[in-house]
Amino acid sequence: MALIEFHNVVKKFGGNAVLDGVTFSVEKGEVLCVVGPSGTGKSVTLKHLVRLLTPTSGRVLVDGVDVAECDERSLAAIRRRVGYLFQGGALLAWMTVAENVALPLRECTSLTEEEIDERVKKALESVELASAADKYPAEISGGMQKRAGLARAIVRDSDIVLYDEPTSGLDPVTATTIHRLIIKLNKSLGITSVVVTHDLQSALGFADRILLLKDGRVAACDTPEKFTQSTNRDVVEFLAAMKGTLK
Amino acid sequence: MTVVREPIWDDAPSSRAQGVVRHFLKFLASLGWAARIMTESLAAFPSVAVRRNGRSDLMRQLYVTGIRTLPVMTVVSMFMGMILALQVGLELRRFNQEIYLGAAVMISLIREMGPFSCGMCLAACVGSAIAAELGTMKVNDEIAALEIMSIPPLRFLAAPRVMALVLMAPLLAFYCCVVGAIGGGVVGATQLGVDFEQYMASAMSIAEIKDLYVGLLKATVFGLVIGTVSVSEGLGTTMGATGVGKSTQRSVIVSFLLILIFGYMITRICYR
Ligand SMILES: Nc1ncnc2c1ncn2[C@@H]1O[C@H](COP(=O)(O)OP(=O)(O)O)[C@@H](O)[C@H]1O
Ligand SMILES: [Mg+2]
Repeated sequence: MALIEFHNVVKKFGGNAVLDGVTFSVEKGEVLCVVGPSGTGKSVTLKHLVRLLTPTSGRVLVDGVDVAECDERSLAAIRRRVGYLFQGGALLAWMTVAENVALPLRECTSLTEEEIDERVKKALESVELASAADKYPAEISGGMQKRAGLARAIVRDSDIVLYDEPTSGLDPVTATTIHRLIIKLNKSLGITSVVVTHDLQSALGFADRILLLKDGRVAACDTPEKFTQSTNRDVVEFLAAMKGTLK
Repeated sequence: MTVVREPIWDDAPSSRAQGVVRHFLKFLASLGWAARIMTESLAAFPSVAVRRNGRSDLMRQLYVTGIRTLPVMTVVSMFMGMILALQVGLELRRFNQEIYLGAAVMISLIREMGPFSCGMCLAACVGSAIAAELGTMKVNDEIAALEIMSIPPLRFLAAPRVMALVLMAPLLAFYCCVVGAIGGGVVGATQLGVDFEQYMASAMSIAEIKDLYVGLLKATVFGLVIGTVSVSEGLGTTMGATGVGKSTQRSVIVSFLLILIFGYMITRICYR
């Protein structure tokens, strides 16, 4: 059984179906990249995984548990396993980077301050941000904010991380660092990753599979090699549109 | 309780009548939402003392609510007392009854104008800031992030803010009464020829303990109302920066209205 499963998920907002029968699955330890034009429901898809949204119909399973139907305890357990990197990082402005990363541990565990400090340090080191620990979010760059958000997402030993456009708005060098981090976390900690991205070139480089979302449906879901050679009309159109960004 | 809410209906209204009905139901839902926010925040008060960082959060909110608003409070209540004294004093002078100036100013301040001006200042200075802050956090996905980290936003964000308002409102209302009374006395002494000591004696003779209690009760209720309104408006924010502006504006308007309505109702219940 796959770790994450979407079964025919439909999500409507005010009458129009943003997701219109989405079905896919993600295996444990896999990196799935979700690509597609803006406004096709990529963020909406991720939000279903942690019940920030609930499907109009269909089922979302994480490790066999129906996210939309389960009780608060199972939901908390799922959310504990899932780290979520938001588009803007979503750090709290009045706390330093280290305090932000420590937040889930401070509020929801009974770890001592020393243990927390240790884990925060480890998380910050794994995203190469140890030097900015005492800075406030407003004092660091966008790329650093995203890395801090990533540190916060993995500090609870999550084994699934959802990345919502981790590199959009960043310069290519910073984007490359973030992609390297995603791969590193996946390889060294075995973190299952779902990455929403506009950077098809990099996605082709590091994804195990690529999922193209179009008009609320899964147009294609394949390994990078098969994806680029696909004869599926949607894929061909998408690749043609993205040609300028590909080498 | 999850505070990241979805629209109640997935489909568009099929007819105009249904649209109207839905608007009404939405209004009822927002009342229920505010009631839940209030009860859950009240229920989370003990957690403020228990949580790590809970007390420092509360201290910061107390500082923002109680100390940072003092300049505005002082000016507003000072002028409130001065206006009252001038208006009432001119009338009293026609009947040569200036000795009652202190009593008249004191009774209106302590029963009504003290809590009222305190409530207005809190709604304008603190409530609006809470709505804007929480609204910005909402549109930046920070609230969603808290929710995913299993940190209940009401416990973490709402409880210290509402608690600070509830604790500070009566103290500030009392402060407003004192400053207003002094302002009235100054006007009395300089404009109306009422001796300041005589003014104070008259003011003290009329002030009953019941008036004080009712006034402080009013202020406490105002604090709770402002807290609830601004937290629910803030957490209900959607649609980016415009949404933040809208919910800030609404939080002030709704707080003002409710302060007037609750002020009347408490007066009606306590004095008959
Ligand atoms: N909470 C919501 N309420 C109403 N509409 C929404 C909501 N969230 C997303 N949408 C709509 O769903 C569509 C897809 O949004 P999104 O998933 O953010 O796109 P993207 O693929 O660019 O991440 C958009 O048209 C947006 O208007
Ligand atoms: Mg998006």
